[in-house]
Amino acid sequence: MEQDVAITIIDREGVSHSIEAPTDMAMNLMEVVRSFELAPEGTIGVCGGMAMCASCQCYVLSDHELPEMQDDEEAMLSEAFYVKDNSRLGCQIQMTPEMEGLKVELAPES
Amino acid sequence: MITTDIIIIGAGPTGLFAVFEAGLLKLKCHLIDALPQPGGQCSELYPKKPIYDIPGYPEILAGDLTDKLLEQCKQFEPGFTLGERADHIEKQDDGTFIVTTNKGTQHQAPVVAIASGLGSFEPRKPDLPNITDFEDKGVEYMIKEPEMYRDKKVIIAGGGDSALDWSIFLSDVAASVTLVHRRNEFRGHLDSVEKVQELKNQGKINLITPAEVTAIKGADKVEALEITKKDADPVLIETDHFIPLFGLSPKLGPIANWGLEIEKNAIKVNNALDYQTNIPGIFAIGDGNYYPGKLKLILCGFHEATLMCQAAYKIINPGKRYVLKYTTVSGVDGFDGTRKEAPKAVVKAIE
Repeated sequence: MEQDVAITIIDREGVSHSIEAPTDMAMNLMEVVRSFELAPEGTIGVCGGMAMCASCQCYVLSDHELPEMQDDEEAMLSEAFYVKDNSRLGCQIQMTPEMEGLKVELAPES
Repeated sequence: MITTDIIIIGAGPTGLFAVFEAGLLKLKCHLIDALPQPGGQCSELYPKKPIYDIPGYPEILAGDLTDKLLEQCKQFEPGFTLGERADHIEKQDDGTFIVTTNKGTQHQAPVVAIASGLGSFEPRKPDLPNITDFEDKGVEYMIKEPEMYRDKKVIIAGGGDSALDWSIFLSDVAASVTLVHRRNEFRGHLDSVEKVQELKNQGKINLITPAEVTAIKGADKVEALEITKKDADPVLIETDHFIPLFGLSPKLGPIANWGLEIEKNAIKVNNALDYQTNIPGIFAIGDGNYYPGKLKLILCGFHEATLMCQAAYKIINPGKRYVLKYTTVSGVDGFDGTRKEAPKAVVKAIE
């Protein structure tokens, strides 16, 4: 579809998935992962997308300009495990046309 | 032994509403929950956040929904076993089940309804290879007995409210309190943050940020922790206790070993009929179950709880007749002797 963006998600097993994510359904990256079933249900998006659990943590591999981190995301990541400099919470990254070509890797389950 | 009609595992919205629906059928319920308070996720994760898709409530705070569900089921006098996790289930020769918690509390009933949502909330453990060897030997993920820290050296890790609050509390009890956090910023109530700042200035709390605990040292028990500050060499700090407070995450836990069919990390049920699992007499309702087309919504949990109660009635009262009644018509008779009913219509002739 015209409004879709092509993104690459590397799952927790290391498998790379190239997918077309819709930008017109108010979906965030965590929800995209769930809708394509790239991580087992119950292991991602546990809090529903409130930046309260870090189960959707991912490493951003492409150099996209992402929306700035809000306080709650920053605080959650400061308590999460396996955090790297390029860590973000998938639930805080909205699918917009600017995300075309985005490449992320899901962080391990914790 | 606690005996009841329906053992409900999980005191979240679905479990609480099941108490009400069971009560209408004159069935008694007892709820077990690993958390110390009822409400499940609604009270543990987001009590102050609004929910917009509860029918009839354009907006309601999750904590308020919990309060209202408790009020709604109150007259059916549910029992509660809180702060304990349901660990074992055993089917008896008479067809009933005995559910035993991690603390040994036993419950017996002919019907079990698992309303466990995402699972029981377990403390999140830091990724240190030997941490499990030191559990209850100086490593505690939760503070149950603050007195055990009297005059001991304590290191707390974490950046949220519980890390701040316990650091403040233990600064009066322990010989020394060290708080380690990965960042300089803490996420907590402003007054807790300010209090820790004050205690730090007074030298009552040793604050190490931005830093992480990178190793646990000790022979039979915790003796020291290796703490690594960002861009610095690790240092060893002697301690008697290590308390990592990194919040809770839900885990399916021991229920996974009960012989129930699991799909997508949830318990498979028969949604064509009554949300019964592959084990007759055990039901799964709410976010913790799975069937084709499942939606993890509170309102779907309410529906599932209602149908489960009808099936439970048939198991508990085999062959006994029953027809669905409307609360508006029949009123609600509580087990506590209260009665709610619609006011009688006024019949009066017009002259």
